[in-house]
Amino acid sequence: MSLLEVKNISKIYGSLKALDNVSLKVEKGDWLAIMGPSGSGKSTMMNIIGAMDKPTLGQVILDGKDISKESSKSLTQIRRDKIGLIFQQFHLVNYLTALENVMVAQYYHSIPDEKEAMEALERVGLADRAKHLPAQLSGGEQQRVCIARALINYPEIILADEPTGNLDEANENMVIDIFRQLHKDGSTLIVVTHDPEVAEVAQKTIVLEHGKVAREVINNEK
Amino acid sequence: MKKQKMFLRMITASLFRRRSRMLVALLAIAIGATILSGLVTIYYDVPRQMGAQMRNYGANMLFLPASNDDPVTMEDIKEGISKIKKDELIGFTPYRYETVRINEQPIMLAGTDIEATKLTSPYWHIEGEYPTDSTQMLMGKEIAQILDAKTGDSFTVTYSKEVTDLSKEQTDEQAKNADSTLSLSVSGILETGGNEEKYIYTDMSVLNELTGELGGIDLAELSVNTSAEGLKDYLSKTASDKIAPKLVKKVASSEASVLTKLQALVFLVTSVVLALTMVCVATTMTAVVTERRKEIGLRKALGAPNSSIILEFMGEGLLLGGFGGLLGSAMGYAFARYVSMNVFNSSIDFKILLVPVTMAVSVLVTALACILPVRSATDVDPAIVLKGE
Repeated sequence: MSLLEVKNISKIYGSLKALDNVSLKVEKGDWLAIMGPSGSGKSTMMNIIGAMDKPTLGQVILDGKDISKESSKSLTQIRRDKIGLIFQQFHLVNYLTALENVMVAQYYHSIPDEKEAMEALERVGLADRAKHLPAQLSGGEQQRVCIARALINYPEIILADEPTGNLDEANENMVIDIFRQLHKDGSTLIVVTHDPEVAEVAQKTIVLEHGKVAREVINNEK
Repeated sequence: MKKQKMFLRMITASLFRRRSRMLVALLAIAIGATILSGLVTIYYDVPRQMGAQMRNYGANMLFLPASNDDPVTMEDIKEGISKIKKDELIGFTPYRYETVRINEQPIMLAGTDIEATKLTSPYWHIEGEYPTDSTQMLMGKEIAQILDAKTGDSFTVTYSKEVTDLSKEQTDEQAKNADSTLSLSVSGILETGGNEEKYIYTDMSVLNELTGELGGIDLAELSVNTSAEGLKDYLSKTASDKIAPKLVKKVASSEASVLTKLQALVFLVTSVVLALTMVCVATTMTAVVTERRKEIGLRKALGAPNSSIILEFMGEGLLLGGFGGLLGSAMGYAFARYVSMNVFNSSIDFKILLVPVTMAVSVLVTALACILPVRSATDVDPAIVLKGE
């Protein structure tokens, strides 16, 4: 059984089909990249996979459970328990320190554990910046805090939306290295990106165009 | 770490690390709490303050002889006075009236305790000075006009004893023998705009010397600093077979009326201020929620249930309410003290109980003001808020 199976989903806004009969499968430990130009349906896809939205048609089966008809309360619980989110704009709480930002995810999931949150920051090389506020961190550092926050609850899927979109090359490489390590450790990664260099380090790339899967590419990592 | 500890850490961080943002909300609450605490302090202190102020308008209670045939002595008056609490009695002034003649004009002389009149009739305006010894008198303005008297003038005051059961010749002879005189100088002219201007006043001992006898007290004026109910209570307590106590209705009823109106005004202003505070806090919280839509969306994306979002915003609001209430209690006391000093010219007691009460009301008002904005926070859609495009 696949960890995630998207079966013929469509998302329709009035006369616009943001997603049109899309299907895909993600196995545990996979690293999938979703590419496509603006307006191709990448964000809609991410929202549906990330349990933040529901498809108009079709099914989304996550860990054996169809989440496409779940209530918003259940979707909240699914996000809390099974999804780790990484955002292009980092979305850190600006009045909380790096450490506290990681602990917020723990707070909603289970019990905040400062030691464990610090270990997550160590994992992304930010132990010495734990007490800093987001405004005191560089873009790359903020993204790494965001990654540590996504990892802290050991989610089934780590879902990253343009994770390197706001980063320079050095920080982009740092984030890709972290993803490599996570994949090596057995994490399941879905990365939505514009950047072919980010996409091609994934095992597989799905290219969306006009809300449909235009092609699938199996990557051979260099 | 316990969840509660993290909860507190988050809401205190939100308040203290976003100081400039939250300062507006805190100020709104603190100002509301200041007015509330200040006005409530004044509201409860007004009766005391007003009572003291009203005493400036003269006595509010009188002791009259219960019977015309039974003269009242100072001992009887003091007996009645003893029924009144010492801290409530501002003062009492006995009066004995006798008709005397000055330049053959019949004039009413009031023997009294000159020092005591300063307490019971503080509104008296004296042109000149109060009598300081037994050779001086205070002259009502009306009498002064009749006699064309000025401060410093001396007059011979004649008192004739009442003579009865004699023939006319005998009466004239007796009357001449019964006349007693004193030379008194005018120490001051009394101006009140009332009946007091029709009398001359000397110390009781001067009148006794002139009449050659200790006469009965015709009237005692009392100034008592208590409520209308307290005065009524004293009416029954001080009544005896010698003394018939009465209230000076004009003073007592206007005091109660002013007090009621003032308290109603304070209540109204407090209610309006609380309503305005609520509107102000609600507006500020709405702005806070709008400003933090992305953060709310993020929290929801991380799996925060609506109950957590409500709890966090309410927690912030309530903490703000508590701080605002505490700040407002202190500022309210300063405000009440300032008002009291400037309006009533007296200090005010700090009521410690008002601190928790103000804090509780501030928290309640803030909670009510937060309900709508916080509810709108739960409507935030994480997908829309987090859209990076």
